[in-house]
Amino acid sequence: MSMKDTKLWTWHMASGVIILVLLGIHMLAMHMSGVMPLERLNPAGDNPLDWANVVARGREVSQVAGYIFLVGFGLFHGLYGLKNILFELNPAPGLKKLISVVLLLLGLGLFVFGAWSAVAARTMALSVSG
Amino acid sequence: MSDNGVKDFVFRVRRFDPVKDDSPHYQDFKVPVKPGWTILEGLWYIKENMDSSLSWRSSCRMGVCGSCGMLVNGSPTLACNTQIRDVATGVLMLAPLPNFDIIRDLVPDLAPMFDKHTHLMPHIKRDDQEEMLEPTDQYWQSPEELDQFLQFSYCIKCGCCMAACPTFATDATFSGPQPLSQAYRYLIDSRDDAFKERKTLLGSGGVGPWRCHYAGECSTVCPKGVDPARAIQLMKRELVLDYLRLSKASKRKPAGLLPAEKRLGRRDDIPEAPPFTVEDAS
Amino acid sequence: MPEVKRYPNRLGIKGWLVGGKWGPERYLYFLHRVTGLGLLLYLLMHIVVVSSRAFGQEQWEWAMGRVSGPVFLVGEFLVFVAFVFHALNGVRLVLVELGILTGKAEDPVFPYRSSVNVQRPFMIVMMILAAILIVLGGYDFFVLVAH
Repeated sequence: MSMKDTKLWTWHMASGVIILVLLGIHMLAMHMSGVMPLERLNPAGDNPLDWANVVARGREVSQVAGYIFLVGFGLFHGLYGLKNILFELNPAPGLKKLISVVLLLLGLGLFVFGAWSAVAARTMALSVSG
Repeated sequence: MSDNGVKDFVFRVRRFDPVKDDSPHYQDFKVPVKPGWTILEGLWYIKENMDSSLSWRSSCRMGVCGSCGMLVNGSPTLACNTQIRDVATGVLMLAPLPNFDIIRDLVPDLAPMFDKHTHLMPHIKRDDQEEMLEPTDQYWQSPEELDQFLQFSYCIKCGCCMAACPTFATDATFSGPQPLSQAYRYLIDSRDDAFKERKTLLGSGGVGPWRCHYAGECSTVCPKGVDPARAIQLMKRELVLDYLRLSKASKRKPAGLLPAEKRLGRRDDIPEAPPFTVEDAS
Repeated sequence: MPEVKRYPNRLGIKGWLVGGKWGPERYLYFLHRVTGLGLLLYLLMHIVVVSSRAFGQEQWEWAMGRVSGPVFLVGEFLVFVAFVFHALNGVRLVLVELGILTGKAEDPVFPYRSSVNVQRPFMIVMMILAAILIVLGGYDFFVLVAH
């Protein structure tokens, strides 16, 4: 029984809530470090972009997992949203198929790249400390 | 203001004659409006005294038939139950309902809406066809069950909600607020037994409620207070709950006939239904 | 019967903003799309830019050097604004779409009160909250970080 739209939209809403939490923390770390300094997120001082902070965050498994989830859910939420907007412009059926394939490949490709870089950064961070 | 409270209003009407015009244009009519006049009365004044070629669609002139939906000062509404002085001080902009093809002047082609409405099965579906065609008694429905859909059953299919919908403004394949609110009205009706069929129809192929992103405009403009946006969100709720296997509606048994001890039988003073006028009524 | 010529009167994309006199939720619908598209564009670029950290300190600092300066600061602030709006409006939309903020079906009694009126106080609270967060973020962006 096909209920594809229902399933995908349920996940669209669920991923939105997950992103809200993860990206909320990410935004706190990156742009609220002055208003609300959280030592856990920026152990090496106030500048979140400082290499020492990047390394410190990269060592934490929870941070790496958070990045991977954020990339995955973010790409799904964003690209499915884009697909909906494009489909609502009523393109021809052939174009719809093309849009679906292109967005799917783009999403998968960027997810693999993003997840790899988070894991590789952790490996590097651990080697810096050792 | 002249005698008897009559005041001149400019009716700026969007005209389109398919024989002569390539595109619509606006034409002004100065109408002496009496107190209490509706927009429809102003249009009749123009047709009878100024330009007999002006076209629009209307019938009941009391907000029941849903014929005279039009864009009044940028807002879709019924011409027959809108007082001129309530919506304008001097100039009244009238245009046909957007998102539908214009047939002529203020006459939109509502057929696509009716097709979508029909496609979403706006009727009770259940297995006991014999009882449906030759009812022996009423189905047993509680007032609470009735309240779940009664509001949405007041729809008069005027098309105002479709004209206000931003998704329908770009996507002709989207079902739109009117058909979807009626689909929910039957989805949630306790007498209906086609939840599975309906959820499949509404859950795939882009016809369902998922292209609605709650601009809320359909509910704001609905001249009957039907609130299509509410029906569509409640429909999403049912479909999501069903996907999460939490839906009660998907598991319900369709309402049966009244239990024997509650049956009053047919009242003697009600005449028999006339015979069918078509060969195959099913 | 001869084919009658029709005039297509679909509002199209411009109908998202003009073409009628609409309520605030309809403009939020448009803003939600614009901010969503902006955030997606940023996410796609962001994944590529920050992956530079996987190649070491030098590459990271080089990449960060490419995206610094007043233009990028303002750009990033816009991303922050888009996130705050999209997130808080999104919370409202999820609650509305699950039928939590729409209210149950009720008898339509004139003057009609629709689900739009039911969710509106929450919408206003969310927008005020968004404004507060945007001001706080702006303070961090342009006052605390800049000095």
